[in-house]
Amino acid sequence: MSRLDRALLSLLIAGGLVASASAEKLSGEQMRSLDGQVQEIKSDVLGIASELSNLEERLLYPSGTQIAIFVSVPADETFRLDAVQIHINGEPATHHIYSYKELEALQNGGVQRLYSGNVPTGGHELSVTMSGKQKGGTEFTETDTFTFEKGVEPLALGLTLAGPGLGKTGIQIGEW
Amino acid sequence: MRLTPIKSIGLTVTAFLATSPALCDKPEDLYFGEAVYYANQGLYFEALERLDAEFAQHHEVDEPNLDSLFPHIADAQFSLGDFELRYRMHHRAGRAISAVLEGAVDEMVRNDAAYRLARIQFQKGQMTDAMHSLERIDGRVPAAIEDDIEFLRANIHLAEGRPAAAIAPLENLQHSKQFAAFAAYNLGIAFLQNGSKQEAIAQLDRAGQVSASDPGELAIRDKSNLVLGTLFLEQGEFAEAATHLDRVRLDGPYSNQALLSSGWANVSAERLERAIVPWGILAEREVTDRATQEAMLSLPFAYGRLERHGRAAMLYGDALAAFDGEIDKLNASIESIREGRFLAALSREEIRKDKDWVIRLRSLPETPETYYMMELLASHDFQTGLQNYLDLADLRRKLHTWRTNFDAFEDMIAIRRGHYEPLLPDVDASFRELDSRIRLRREQHRMLVKRRDDLLTTPRPSLLATRDEQLVLARIEDLEAGLADAESPLADELLRRCQRLRGLLTWTLETEYHERLTAFDTNLRRLDEAMTVAQAQYDQYIRARQAATHSYVGYDRSVQRMRARTNDSIATLDRLIIRQGRLLEIVAIDELVARRSRLENYGDKARFALADSYDRATQAQARRENP
Repeated sequence: MSRLDRALLSLLIAGGLVASASAEKLSGEQMRSLDGQVQEIKSDVLGIASELSNLEERLLYPSGTQIAIFVSVPADETFRLDAVQIHINGEPATHHIYSYKELEALQNGGVQRLYSGNVPTGGHELSVTMSGKQKGGTEFTETDTFTFEKGVEPLALGLTLAGPGLGKTGIQIGEW
Repeated sequence: MRLTPIKSIGLTVTAFLATSPALCDKPEDLYFGEAVYYANQGLYFEALERLDAEFAQHHEVDEPNLDSLFPHIADAQFSLGDFELRYRMHHRAGRAISAVLEGAVDEMVRNDAAYRLARIQFQKGQMTDAMHSLERIDGRVPAAIEDDIEFLRANIHLAEGRPAAAIAPLENLQHSKQFAAFAAYNLGIAFLQNGSKQEAIAQLDRAGQVSASDPGELAIRDKSNLVLGTLFLEQGEFAEAATHLDRVRLDGPYSNQALLSSGWANVSAERLERAIVPWGILAEREVTDRATQEAMLSLPFAYGRLERHGRAAMLYGDALAAFDGEIDKLNASIESIREGRFLAALSREEIRKDKDWVIRLRSLPETPETYYMMELLASHDFQTGLQNYLDLADLRRKLHTWRTNFDAFEDMIAIRRGHYEPLLPDVDASFRELDSRIRLRREQHRMLVKRRDDLLTTPRPSLLATRDEQLVLARIEDLEAGLADAESPLADELLRRCQRLRGLLTWTLETEYHERLTAFDTNLRRLDEAMTVAQAQYDQYIRARQAATHSYVGYDRSVQRMRARTNDSIATLDRLIIRQGRLLEIVAIDELVARRSRLENYGDKARFALADSYDRATQAQARRENP
């Protein structure tokens, strides 16, 4: 074997072993020490977020008038939910257009807070319109109207949205 | 011959232990469901914020068992641990799950908790604790995690350097639906680490031939063949080595390494022509890859050995040009990092929305450095550092937004104060007057109710007399009192007349008693309704009045405190981001410098080899011309 062959072989043998040792040493030690501080600040910011949510709720949605509307989709549903629109007492309250990621999150057991707002105590009317596509690709739009009673406690309403089927309404409402 | 150490490619497979985000049955607790909604989208900060708040509220209620979170408490605690782990809060992760373990819960739930805790401890690198947690599993175990427990147990043994102890659990998993491919490979590695080379070869051979369709399983099959090929290469069984290396898919993640080793196996077996095929394929691939760069030197080396020095010289020339080009690119990259473009590119929002964002970085024309850093970007420490950097940047954005919100809150509070404070004194004065009147009416109402109730048990008709009748009765009583002492026939006659009148009145009261009581009760019921309405309006007023005060009183201190906390956190974040960013840049530059040194070294060798090949080609030509 020539001198070049030997040099080449030794070079090649060594090649895989010299995996930037200095970089690994740095990343191993200094990054780990910083990681602990990063975790601490994450904890602090979560604490601030929690306190801020509480403050926002007290300021913007006092318990006497607070209403929150949540949306969920049954796990076995195959329809594609495109958008939801909500009217309270005939006035538009909110609407939402779903991304694929959001829809997947709903289908995997997530519950979306669609609306937070205020209504006075007493009886109210809630109108829900959903639009989407059925499994076969047929587009559909469905609207349903419900009445609800707002008491002095905060009110949480849960909407369960399903694809349209024979003899059943796709929009169900429940109070939590 | 190049011998890749078994350790570097024979690492056991453990990443599979990370579970998917919380996929649970639809929770009845909306707020837990909301946390799951965020977690399912990879938004773990938001998920943790919601779940933390829900737990805080749950612990504050008087009767937690009536709270909607109660039926899901174990699931929620598991999810909290998962979210913390996914948000890289290892210090906190596991505390909630430990709480499940300590609580009085069902055996299956406790065993599930023990497994989850062990998994977290394993990921934290706390192997002894992880094994201790697994040892707490006793009795019935949820069927869905039986294999997970065994796989984790085996991986802990392997990580602790006890391959013999890992063999039994891995053997149990050979027919597992979920882990068969991974367990087959890890079992081979366990045999190898245990010094049982023949068993290791037999097992890796099995692992290298399992039927698979999942990309992860296919990659493991390739890895088994690569390790096995390398083992045979080490033992000098070159034909056998080439057979196994050729089984590695050409489009898999281990193909470059396999092509390189395959070439060396053939060279070592003196089958030079056959070495040219894998090296020829590899030399055409992405030039930034280490194996490709080595192939660019190995291929002309093989041609040289075949006495085709002209071809070898040409290929050495190509390699040299490629290396020079890459060195220029590396120099530009190092400069680019020093100018801060690397971190700016990594922080780009649209890049990070893609789950393959690390790969997509390669397509960015303004970040040449990423071509050379795919391995570095994929390394655990760098990933952790990079994710921390991105998390810190996100947190800073959040805190800056919140700080703006505080100004808005204070404006809102000031506006409310300005609106209510001038109005409230007059409102309160009117209310005091109204309040005394309503209190009086309430007392009157109470007395009437009492009278009705008394009359129902003890009838007293006189109490139902009308005002006129009461006046008449009082007049009769006056007259009777005046006539009581008179002794004359006229007085007697007047007294009899008074008695007749009293009798007439008593007759009326007695005979109309039930009718009057019914009317009284009916009227009282109407009054009850009116009083209920009045009370509701009164209560509503009280609530509205309290809400008016609560809308602007008592926030100043908490807003000030939160602003101070936010400012402190921003200052800390600024410091940490700079340190983390610099560290990433240093590590990245170190990596690029190391790659540049390697290329410079390759370049030197290529230059020398190029000259040598020219000499040999010239000599060969001379020999041909002057035999």
